[in-house]
Amino acid sequence: MRKVYGRIDDILGDVVTVRALDVAYEDLAQVTTRYGVSLAQVIRIEGNKVSLQVFAGTRGVSTGDEVRFLGRPMQVAFSDDLLGRVFDGKGVARDFGPPIVAEMIEVAGPSVNPAKRVMPSRMIRTGIPMIDLFNSLVESQKLPIFSVAGEPYNQLMARIALQAEVDVIVFGGMGLKYDEYLYFKNTLEESGAMGHSVFFVHTAADPTLETLLVPDLALAVAERFALDGRRVLVLLTDMTNFANALKEIAITMEQVPSNRGYPGDLYTRLAQRYEKAVDFSDAGSITILSVTTMPGDDVTHPVPDNTGYITEGQFYLKNGRIEPFGSLSRLKQLVNEKTRDDHRALMGNMIQLYASSRETKEKKAMGFALNSFDERLIKYGALFEARMMDLDVNISLEKALDLGWEILAQCFEPEEVSLRSKLVEKYWPKD
Amino acid sequence: MGSKTKASVVAVNGNLVTAAFEGVVIQGEVAFVVSGGLHLKSEVIRVEKNHAVVQVYEETRGVRVGDAVEFSGELLSISLGPGLLGQVFDGLGNPLPAIAKEYGYFLPRGVSISSLDDERPWDFTPVAKPGDEVSGGSVLGTVPENMVTHKIFVPFGMRGGYKVKSLVDKGSVTAKDAIAELEDDNGGVFEIFPRFEWPVRVPIKAYEQRLMPDEPLVTQIRIVDSFFPVAKGGSFCIPGPFGAGKTVLQQATARFADVDIVIIAACGERAGEVVETLLEFPRITDSRTGRSLMERTIIICNTSSMPVAARESSVYTAVTLAEYYRQMGLAVLLLADSTSRWAQAMREISGRLEEIPGEEAFPAYLESRIAGFYERAGRVRLYDGQIGSVTIGGTVSPAGGTFEEPVTQATLKVVGAFHGLSRGRSDARRYPAIAPLESWSNYTGILAPEKIAFARKLLRQGSAVEQMMKVVGEEGTAMDDYLAYLKAEFLDGVYLQQDAFDSVDGATSQQRQVKVFDFLLNILKTDFVFSDKAAALKFFHKLRSVFVDWNYTPQDSPRFEETAAKIEQRRLEFAAKEESS
Ligand SMILES: Nc1ncnc2c1ncn2[C@@H]1O[C@H](COP(=O)(O)OP(=O)(O)OP(=O)(O)O)[C@@H](O)[C@H]1O
Ligand SMILES: [Mg+2]
Repeated sequence: MRKVYGRIDDILGDVVTVRALDVAYEDLAQVTTRYGVSLAQVIRIEGNKVSLQVFAGTRGVSTGDEVRFLGRPMQVAFSDDLLGRVFDGKGVARDFGPPIVAEMIEVAGPSVNPAKRVMPSRMIRTGIPMIDLFNSLVESQKLPIFSVAGEPYNQLMARIALQAEVDVIVFGGMGLKYDEYLYFKNTLEESGAMGHSVFFVHTAADPTLETLLVPDLALAVAERFALDGRRVLVLLTDMTNFANALKEIAITMEQVPSNRGYPGDLYTRLAQRYEKAVDFSDAGSITILSVTTMPGDDVTHPVPDNTGYITEGQFYLKNGRIEPFGSLSRLKQLVNEKTRDDHRALMGNMIQLYASSRETKEKKAMGFALNSFDERLIKYGALFEARMMDLDVNISLEKALDLGWEILAQCFEPEEVSLRSKLVEKYWPKD
Repeated sequence: MGSKTKASVVAVNGNLVTAAFEGVVIQGEVAFVVSGGLHLKSEVIRVEKNHAVVQVYEETRGVRVGDAVEFSGELLSISLGPGLLGQVFDGLGNPLPAIAKEYGYFLPRGVSISSLDDERPWDFTPVAKPGDEVSGGSVLGTVPENMVTHKIFVPFGMRGGYKVKSLVDKGSVTAKDAIAELEDDNGGVFEIFPRFEWPVRVPIKAYEQRLMPDEPLVTQIRIVDSFFPVAKGGSFCIPGPFGAGKTVLQQATARFADVDIVIIAACGERAGEVVETLLEFPRITDSRTGRSLMERTIIICNTSSMPVAARESSVYTAVTLAEYYRQMGLAVLLLADSTSRWAQAMREISGRLEEIPGEEAFPAYLESRIAGFYERAGRVRLYDGQIGSVTIGGTVSPAGGTFEEPVTQATLKVVGAFHGLSRGRSDARRYPAIAPLESWSNYTGILAPEKIAFARKLLRQGSAVEQMMKVVGEEGTAMDDYLAYLKAEFLDGVYLQQDAFDSVDGATSQQRQVKVFDFLLNILKTDFVFSDKAAALKFFHKLRSVFVDWNYTPQDSPRFEETAAKIEQRRLEFAAKEESS
């Protein structure tokens, strides 16, 4: 099956075209140059002309170099030995540990039959009130953190990962700064979570296209762990780098861009990855938490826009806090009925009051007169920001609910908040 | 039955495969790319000299030059017959539960399972008799299917006149048992089965006449039925940014709409949402029939990670099933979520074909395809005088959330009602987030037009005052303007907004809407007298909470009339004197 082919005809961007026969679509090949061996994948076949994307890039590739087809698509080794290990975007160990000798599994495999999925039903507790109380994270959810560069999104993600009670963490890093990678690794090591984690890391120093394989490798491994009955949390950061690599290839292949240079199939490409999140009917689950940085804090940018249409909500991180507006967990209603009887009511009510308090703040800024209710709304807003929104707050959902009532009582009379009287009787602080 | 044409793969580009062939190839016919022992279903979409380009309904991983391509001679079709209701199909009509049973967790490639269970017995009652003159679309008999009298037709494609030669007696038949023999003028004899194939891209036209869609389709969503109504046989669209509530709105419509059959086309969206419907509908009782909602529902499910070409055809599979049940004199509602994913599938395929792109890289034929799809909605008089209808509602997911984009614009040109969701309303948790000033409908609803005109005028006025107040503040606003603003807010809060997750408020019957709206109108038309703005604000806040409470009260509970009386009493307290006399 392994054949060696000589001549490279064209080199364009990170794509080479060679003459070859009997090559299968999406098969892998190795391009051996003076500088080393690079992995490549078939992305188009026309007669005997085969186009390959070269993951290490084409700089240094010569028309005289040899291309050897491997006769198989991308695979990754799978076994429990992966736990505690770090690999690069090609699936090669980058931690100087021994190579993994194990069963090779297909990456980017078929979709789960919707008839074999079950309704998500377990809440993942994070200790962050803005999540647990207002936008509960649910096992098997796919949820990105939207934010501009510079926000502490990686810290937030690492924190959620450590608090979540999961069996396996699969980390996929795309275009990471080296210190970001070290931050994740050290954080997981210090907390003892590394022993049940696997890392697939592509750093900003690695060839751009190698970023493309990271989500597929991470999710293929996650899927197998989940099929073995384990509850898996997949962390993907930063998916905008993944999308940008797709854009690069699309432009090289002269695809007509649909929006700001991004290819028309961006939605499908992202969905194929995010839809791997699943709760299997009688096995484990995959939850996906990702980071999508938004150029210019613009949610209508094609990457966050397409992502928002795919994922089950988003956490919008701004000024170091999870914004109540713009953040959404679409699965929250599946879990917050069973937590505590005041959860749903308090969730809606406190957000509405916070919205009013922001409006009042604007009113104040415009110089309009404030009445006493307005003053108390402003006080409420400040308390809400300091005690609920601040990311340093780390309390259980129940404590956060109690705190919510406390804040309300500090600012309002029970009649001023439209909560059902039954709940007010039960929870309104008595003194 | 396959053709003898010989062909083999010469090029692969994503889900497009080019085959060099010898013999005859039909545009649109189904072909199979034979790769690694699998038969990958595909459809011919371009023929150039001796090259046929096919779009493959599966992932093309592993396809190589030289792989054989087989042609079927048949257009992409779905089997029609009894047993479709309550089923869940993929975009090509393969039943997903059957696939799960056979293959487990994942969707295998190269698998095809019939949409109908050929073993299932049906209780057949003949309608026609030997000697009758029939043609395509004539009814030969019926079988009971859930709550529907399922008609067994002469296949719609049989053109010309036939005579019934023989017909089986009342009794048990399966979909593949011959039930009749027809004879044409030349003495040719044709066996007829309850099941037959129909090409999904071809509209079924076995009816006498198309009619105006002038009967309202009650969805039990107040803002829709009262303000932006939908008609049986009409079409409507729901564009809106992500998270604005398109899917929740469609799910509510699928539950409560006053129709016989609902077909849900989950087109390129989340699998999880389909699972919700799949697991919940069998447990919900349909108040119209007393049977489970699932029994009147068919789901066509091609979610976002499933192959793109099958997504493109899934909307046609869905509308074909809708037309089929329409032929039985039923009111059918097709809900497609999201038509943008279908348009994107066209864009992907068009891009690979290197067609000249239009705006945002969509193909130039985007508009005509969208128009052609919505044109399959309609209300028709059938050959037997019965009336059937297909109503189509599609969500649109505009890039960047703005309606100035090709799919929304092309859709707005052809639909009869526009339910535009606004980000502002969904952020403010004003659900359903249908924008009351921008949306429109060309259909006649359940309320008198002048009543609606009054309410809409008030909403516009309220919004204008609100804008003005942002500049001049509350102090600088005249009392009359302020009251108009409060009344508009009140109308919005108690009528336009509706809690989709509440068992009572979630669905408001036509009769209740008419009653409540009159009641509300009386409040809105009242001249109120307040000492100051604060008093007015307080009054409307209180009235609102009682009214919302009323919305949550079942109509048959004693509290219903009590609450109404309470509201009326409050109204009178502040109404100007001449009115209360
Ligand atoms: N009528 C409603 N009542 C209460 N909550 C709602 C309503 N409509 C939407 N929501 C909330 O908004 C969330 C998103 O709604 P939905 O999934 O319908 O959005 P969408 O417009 O279909 O988004 P997308 O385009 O991404 O699919 C829901 O999960 C729910 O929490
Ligand atoms: Mg949706």
